[in-house]
Amino acid sequence: MVSQGPYIDLVEEPIQMELLRGRIDHPDAGAHGWFVGVTRRRTGDLITETLHYEAHNTMAMRELNKLAESALKEFSLLHLVIVHRLGEVPIAEASVAIGCSSRHRPETFAALEWIMNKLKKDVPIWKREVYRDGKEEWIHPNADIDAGGDSP
Amino acid sequence: MAVSLMIIEVLLFAAARDLTGRDVVKVEVASPVQHADANSVSETQAGDVGNATCVTVSCILRALGQQYPELRLLLPSCRLAVDCEYVGPEVGVAQDAEVALIPPVSGG
Repeated sequence: MVSQGPYIDLVEEPIQMELLRGRIDHPDAGAHGWFVGVTRRRTGDLITETLHYEAHNTMAMRELNKLAESALKEFSLLHLVIVHRLGEVPIAEASVAIGCSSRHRPETFAALEWIMNKLKKDVPIWKREVYRDGKEEWIHPNADIDAGGDSP
Repeated sequence: MAVSLMIIEVLLFAAARDLTGRDVVKVEVASPVQHADANSVSETQAGDVGNATCVTVSCILRALGQQYPELRLLLPSCRLAVDCEYVGPEVGVAQDAEVALIPPVSGG
């Protein structure tokens, strides 16, 4: 075991999975699970060149910690790691990594989806798509803005 | 009742920052009413507790739309955070609080 409680981080460099894996080790765990979100090249007809992420850092860390504490209780997790990358995240590289361990697999499967859904709703992190045709837009789901166009 | 103006600084992110060209804007908000508690729910626009005057979140959002019309389309989908916590429309905000406009988020 490396740590107790959730491990939360915002990083400007590539997420180093090999340094995170040990953080969810626990002798009582029967399941380890990871979700890794990566930059996708194609969304419908749009070809993404790269993504940029920015955050309200202090608030994002606070929201991630709240989210993690809730998930630990809700799913009886043994350990939990959430790391989000900021700045440029090129195609196929990881923007977010969430790992958890639990006694049995249902809790791990359920927790990963629950955490991602909450993260995408409440944690103040935003992505800006840079498309191959040179257009750029902030992704603000369900927002009506002049500057960026529709959210895919 | 006397009406004074409070200047609130609001942090802007993502499209809100691009639309205004600034990462922080100052917004003038009317603060006309006495108030019992800077953090309490109130139907009034603003208040004063000793030295701590406050205005409500909904007043700040309205003033943002009036003083920065380029934000008007985006504002209805935004939330306001005070001292790094999401707050509802009737919550009072003190002048020295950190106020941030939070457009719909898209992490992950």
